[in-house]
Amino acid sequence: MSTPEIEEVAEAMLELVTVTKGKKNLKAMDLTKAMIEKFGDENVDKKLCKKAIRSLIDSGRCVYSYFGGSYITLPSEETQEG
Amino acid sequence: MATKDLKIPLLEELEKGPWPSFVTEIKKSADNPMARDTLRQLEKSYEDKISHWKHGGLVGVMGYGGGVIGRYSDSPEEFPEVKEFHTYRVNQPSGWFYNTEALRTLCDIWEKHGSGLTNMHGSTGDMIFLGSTTEAIEPCFADLTEAGFDLGGSGSDVRTPSCCVGPGRCEWACYDTLDACYDITQEFQDELHRPAFPYKFKFKFSGCPNDCVASIARSDMSVIGTWKDNIQINQDEVANYAKNGVDIEAEICELCPTKCISWNGKTISIDNSNCVKCMHCINVMPKALSPGKERGATILIGAKAPIIGGALLATVFVPFLEMEEGYEDLKELAEALWDFWGEYGKNRERIGEFIQRVGLANFLDEIGLEPIPEMIAHPRTNPYIFFEDELEEEDE
Repeated sequence: MSTPEIEEVAEAMLELVTVTKGKKNLKAMDLTKAMIEKFGDENVDKKLCKKAIRSLIDSGRCVYSYFGGSYITLPSEETQEG
Repeated sequence: MATKDLKIPLLEELEKGPWPSFVTEIKKSADNPMARDTLRQLEKSYEDKISHWKHGGLVGVMGYGGGVIGRYSDSPEEFPEVKEFHTYRVNQPSGWFYNTEALRTLCDIWEKHGSGLTNMHGSTGDMIFLGSTTEAIEPCFADLTEAGFDLGGSGSDVRTPSCCVGPGRCEWACYDTLDACYDITQEFQDELHRPAFPYKFKFKFSGCPNDCVASIARSDMSVIGTWKDNIQINQDEVANYAKNGVDIEAEICELCPTKCISWNGKTISIDNSNCVKCMHCINVMPKALSPGKERGATILIGAKAPIIGGALLATVFVPFLEMEEGYEDLKELAEALWDFWGEYGKNRERIGEFIQRVGLANFLDEIGLEPIPEMIAHPRTNPYIFFEDELEEEDE
């Protein structure tokens, strides 16, 4: 497997956030660990994942949400902490 | 003032007595409907003995994961003007120095977009703007950035760094706290605005061991000014203090925690190898004594206030660091801490708690720091007990 582009990692992250919606809230580090596992630590590192997360957020595909901690979620989710 | 028809008898109890009252202050803004409903809802909370605020959720500005804290009324029909009442944290200038034009600008922006209610400053240090609708968030942020201000941190990110007034107003500053705070804030913009940690991470910069921003008790990375060489003594001024009524023996020598100062009736001498930099003698005789010339900072890690779990005081990690412009060593250390804590920290686990869980020895090993005797675990047993109390107990 070769080193993926930032957008490829961002899309893989988006897919993960989408399939876990309603089941598990994911933090930035959860996404990073998942990508390193998926693409291999020789191809993906924390810096690349940071750029991918930034791309996801800046493009509006994901947003940060606060539920006692900061998570990365889909923008359509409407939740609140009591 | 539109307060005559406000029925808030319980809150008005808080206006009685000689002290300032937030009720009185909010009443001054009662022409603003949001301020009025804030008081009305709070009265209801006092009646019901529960909060009627909900917080969290999805509010913020595009690209940022912090800086705006979502807040909603749980009774929007009854209090429609505070249905949405979000809080902004606005990054304060280093040392909280403003000119009047900056303050007017900030107030104008906030009166235009929000309730007009502010808290100068929040406990982390930010300017707090209380009460915005969701719709007003982006336009307010645009006006703030246009005026040269930015949002601060919230959630699991670097919180807005803060510092004492440092060399701006204090002769004891052992390094430029204002510059260090500004530099770190600029360097870690990504970590400040894009939450990626298990929980919050605070930097606080104090220029000397007086620690006026209480960094040793409140920050994950505490940078406290100190010196390596001898306390500077002006013996003529010492004599003047004695002549003007200071009891050097009782007020200086006896109160020194390590008893490293002696007084022969004319001059004092200090055994600097036993000085623990408590600042007591310098504080009592500021014209006579001052910190040494070889100045830098001690870096301590892991303090937190007792909101979740108990209070923790910081542990010394680097006894002395020269605070040279660029602060590369400080930045390198912060990144090493985040790397390990970020990967293995539990959700809502502060770095001090993480160190306790994995053990200091393991933590140091992972971040590549050699253990040294100065890494004392608990400089004091409780952040609210000071040396004077301890000495009184010893005297009993």
